[in-house]
Amino acid sequence: MIRQVGEAALLVETGALEVSHRLDRLLREERPAGVAEIVPGPETVLVVAPDADLAKLGTRLTALLDTARTPRSGVGGDDAGLVTVPVVYDGQDLDDVARLTGLSPGEVVARHCGSELVVGWLGFAPGFAYLTGLDPALHVPRLDTPRTFVPAGAVAIAGPHAAVYPAASPGGWRLLGHTTLPVWDTHADPPAVLRPGMRVRFEATS
Amino acid sequence: MIEILSPGAYATVQDLGRPGYAHLGVPRSGAADRRSLTLANRLVGNPEGHAAIELTFGGARLRFPRPCWIAVTGAPCPLQVPRGHAGVGMCAPVWMPAGSELGVGVPAAGLRTYVAVRGGVDVEPVLSSRSTDSLSGLGPAPLRAGQRLAVGPVAGLGPITVDAAPPLSLPRQPVLRVLPGPREDWFAPAALGVLCGGPYEVTAESNRVGMRLSGPVLPRARTGELPSEGMVQGAIQVPPSGSPIIFLADHPPTGGYPVIAVVAAADLPLAAQLRPGDHLHFRH
Repeated sequence: MIRQVGEAALLVETGALEVSHRLDRLLREERPAGVAEIVPGPETVLVVAPDADLAKLGTRLTALLDTARTPRSGVGGDDAGLVTVPVVYDGQDLDDVARLTGLSPGEVVARHCGSELVVGWLGFAPGFAYLTGLDPALHVPRLDTPRTFVPAGAVAIAGPHAAVYPAASPGGWRLLGHTTLPVWDTHADPPAVLRPGMRVRFEATS
Repeated sequence: MIEILSPGAYATVQDLGRPGYAHLGVPRSGAADRRSLTLANRLVGNPEGHAAIELTFGGARLRFPRPCWIAVTGAPCPLQVPRGHAGVGMCAPVWMPAGSELGVGVPAAGLRTYVAVRGGVDVEPVLSSRSTDSLSGLGPAPLRAGQRLAVGPVAGLGPITVDAAPPLSLPRQPVLRVLPGPREDWFAPAALGVLCGGPYEVTAESNRVGMRLSGPVLPRARTGELPSEGMVQGAIQVPPSGSPIIFLADHPPTGGYPVIAVVAAADLPLAAQLRPGDHLHFRH
């Protein structure tokens, strides 16, 4: 279903994150006339197009959504880039996460590094990527009281998600460690290292 | 060069924002009242998207060490301009001799006033925009007393061709037209009628991110949380309290509360001029 959002945007219901990612990539490849923003979410893609004929765009989106429902393979398929994030596991909450999950700190690290994650979408702050596919054994609630300061590069988890704080900010996620990989640089193009659909692996380093 | 003698309650540099980065978590930002910003730029012969100063509740004093043309638009404020300019005020090009000062009083109505200078405010752009984004912190910090802002080159700009433009007219009973959706099905069937029954009052917890309203509560048909989805300027988001929030320039690019309707683009400049205590109606 495609819903209209004001006079200048359409919200495509994809129903699934993988479909959102495929539609996002199809739209970025094709760039239909007048499209200014393409914003994938867990079950939707918002297409902002102030200079487009929305009826025409809607027809095109319906066709592209149909294509996006089928996984792609080979060149230009679902195999988007893999980013390896080196992590020093010295986070303030590592012991608490171990206690909450019944694992040892070493096992928490092994499970955090043990699976490939996928960038779901970005939000909360510029460059803040919600990483999906976290080992279910590591699903822990946010802090009851968020910290007023979390440094840039903090590697954290909350609920079903993992993240790297792109810049210093307040934050309620549980800190496992830190990375020296800058994930956000306003002088770079694109400024975010982690973008929707990309695969991510954490790697323990000292 | 512009010297900020006093920035008033809250002043920032704004242009037309940084579109194209919402998928990376970057708000659009830019002037809250884009119509007044672009008018100010046109009056001094700038391209419409040049950066200018956005004042909140006026009350600023600026000094111009070098001679330049300026224009003040948006919420109408009493202006103190150099001698020889008696009768010249809002929405007109004003010549500021070297060392002259501009005093901007408090607007009787409206909220945001724009001061454009020929050549534009030249601060370091971030992601192709000079706008202060109050949500993410991108762009220059809000203006402080004693700060100096560079002015961009005037060579190559178009001529100044207009003596005065009509001042901003603010309706006594503002009405914002809305388009229903995208999530009107999350609300009781009567909710859209409740929204358009009003009136709503702008609360003090309003800023460039959003305008929080108090008034009739919008009843939900569904409980629970919506998976986070892309948001647009003008979206009327409804948190569990049932009190709507209108998203303005610095709104987060995604959100998890359902949007019952979206304010028509043509009425967003008016929304950005409403101040705490003002009453408004929505019309479908």
